[in-house]
Amino acid sequence: MNGKVHGYGGRMTLGERLYLGEILRGLGITIRHVIRNLLHTGEMPTVQYPEERRAYSERFRGRHRLMKREDGTPRCVACMMCSTACPADCIHIVAEEHSDPAIEKAPASFEIDLLRCVYCGLCEEACPCDAIRMDTGIYDLAADRREKFLVDKEFLLNNTTDGTR
Amino acid sequence: MTDLVLTTFLKMAFILAVIIGLVPVLIWAERKGSAFIQDRTGPNRAGIAGIRLAGLIHPIADVLKLLFKEDVRPAGVHRVLYALAPFLVFFVSLLTYAVIPFGDYLEVGGRRIPLVVADLDVGILYVLAIASLGTYGIVMGGWASNNKYTFLGAVRSTSQMISYEISMGLALMGLLLVSQSLRLTDVVAGQGVLLWGFLPRWGVVIQPLGAILFMTAAFAETNRNPFDLPEGESELVSGYHLEYSSMKFALFFMAEYTNLVVASALIATLYFGGWNLPWLPRAVIEARAGVLLPLLLSAHVAICALAAALYLRRASRERGRFGDGRDREPGLMAGVCVLLGQAGIAALALRPWEIGPAGASLLATALQVGAFVGKVVFFCWFFIWVRWTLPRFRYDQLMHLGWKVMLPLALANLVVTAVVAAFV
Repeated sequence: MNGKVHGYGGRMTLGERLYLGEILRGLGITIRHVIRNLLHTGEMPTVQYPEERRAYSERFRGRHRLMKREDGTPRCVACMMCSTACPADCIHIVAEEHSDPAIEKAPASFEIDLLRCVYCGLCEEACPCDAIRMDTGIYDLAADRREKFLVDKEFLLNNTTDGTR
Repeated sequence: MTDLVLTTFLKMAFILAVIIGLVPVLIWAERKGSAFIQDRTGPNRAGIAGIRLAGLIHPIADVLKLLFKEDVRPAGVHRVLYALAPFLVFFVSLLTYAVIPFGDYLEVGGRRIPLVVADLDVGILYVLAIASLGTYGIVMGGWASNNKYTFLGAVRSTSQMISYEISMGLALMGLLLVSQSLRLTDVVAGQGVLLWGFLPRWGVVIQPLGAILFMTAAFAETNRNPFDLPEGESELVSGYHLEYSSMKFALFFMAEYTNLVVASALIATLYFGGWNLPWLPRAVIEARAGVLLPLLLSAHVAICALAAALYLRRASRERGRFGDGRDREPGLMAGVCVLLGQAGIAALALRPWEIGPAGASLLATALQVGAFVGKVVFFCWFFIWVRWTLPRFRYDQLMHLGWKVMLPLALANLVVTAVVAAFV
């Protein structure tokens, strides 16, 4: 390194101020990219999105889902821990009595406003019975109306569908 | 007389077809080229039944979209000038082509048809006159839109045009002193000989400084990066055509690319030998047609075979990658390449080495037109290449370069050329 500074404050040499040589160098750089990308199109970093998807980490927080007990009823006991923890105030639970006397409560309705959600994951950390998880890996949420992003209990229990309703 | 009218119309149709055909290809090259320069894949989605041609279908989709878009006319525009401007820009951009020779001559039935629409004896003056007319459309559009950004774009376009027109004209005068004719066919024919027996006497060889100045000025005249200040997005949103929509915008957009083709054709004609093939004058082509044609056909077959092999490799690599019509594309393209190659083999079976003098003349014409189109396409790519390499000039830098660097250099070039031309 001879300590010469390019750009701000640095003095350009005569060759650089003549501009043409530097233009040719720049053209050389760009054509190298073109040729490399022409010959190795498959090695470009671009992901052809709907067909190819980038692999995300196991810990990636995607759309929520509600877990079920072995008998098919929701694990949720409507304790409101998640909706209390939620910084975006996007979880709305209405509790009811559970038919099984051993279990105190169950959610009559469990709604998440996906447009309000900030995907922080505090709800799944707050949950005492591992009823809400964000491990679906679904991140491409799209709908043509805002109401469709207000997802209910049945939707969250049904883990097979992609996207919103 | 009717012959003259007919051939003139045919030549005009050929030129129009080439330019209008080049526009979507150039838009594609611009998008794909910029993508590859920036390590992106570029357009590759739009397709007809899975046939995407590496994104070449995108311009068709773009045109359809623009055709069906609403033609919004903002409030407060000058109605007549607002409507007239895009047509004027597009019309003027095509006008220059009348004097550019795209080949030597075509021999049909013993008659020689010169391959230039209008062989004006003031060809270069005509080119300069029409080139400066192009600004009128931009100024009209920018002013009539009643918008400060379009107006600023138009003002920039004018001052830029005035500044660079001078250097352009002076650079051309150096070439005129050498070619000693304003007629473009003479300029091109003068470049068909060899200098010292091995260098083609192209304008760029005898006027290297003039060639650089002319090309730089051509970039400024076509409003292309590094001199695309009239549409500088960072400060003028999109410049003079900001208020235009639908096909009026499309006309401005197409005019940019037809201007590009015209500028490339001018550079090729004036400084890079026009339709001349280096070291292959017409007489040599005609005398050796029996060797050249089979060679060309063999090269065609070899290229087709190589392309087919590459497509087949891709077909086997990407089998079932998309799960729809797109998977068939490499196989289909390989089939097309095989068919083209077979056409070449069939032509070889017709004994092309026994080609007659009429065929030899035709081959020479085809090769020369091909050379011209090839040069034009190369310079079009050069414009695109430079656009995605260089950053935009600042306005004072543009003026500094135009008046304090290019003008003195062009004057010096003219004086030196004049002295040399007078004493040598």
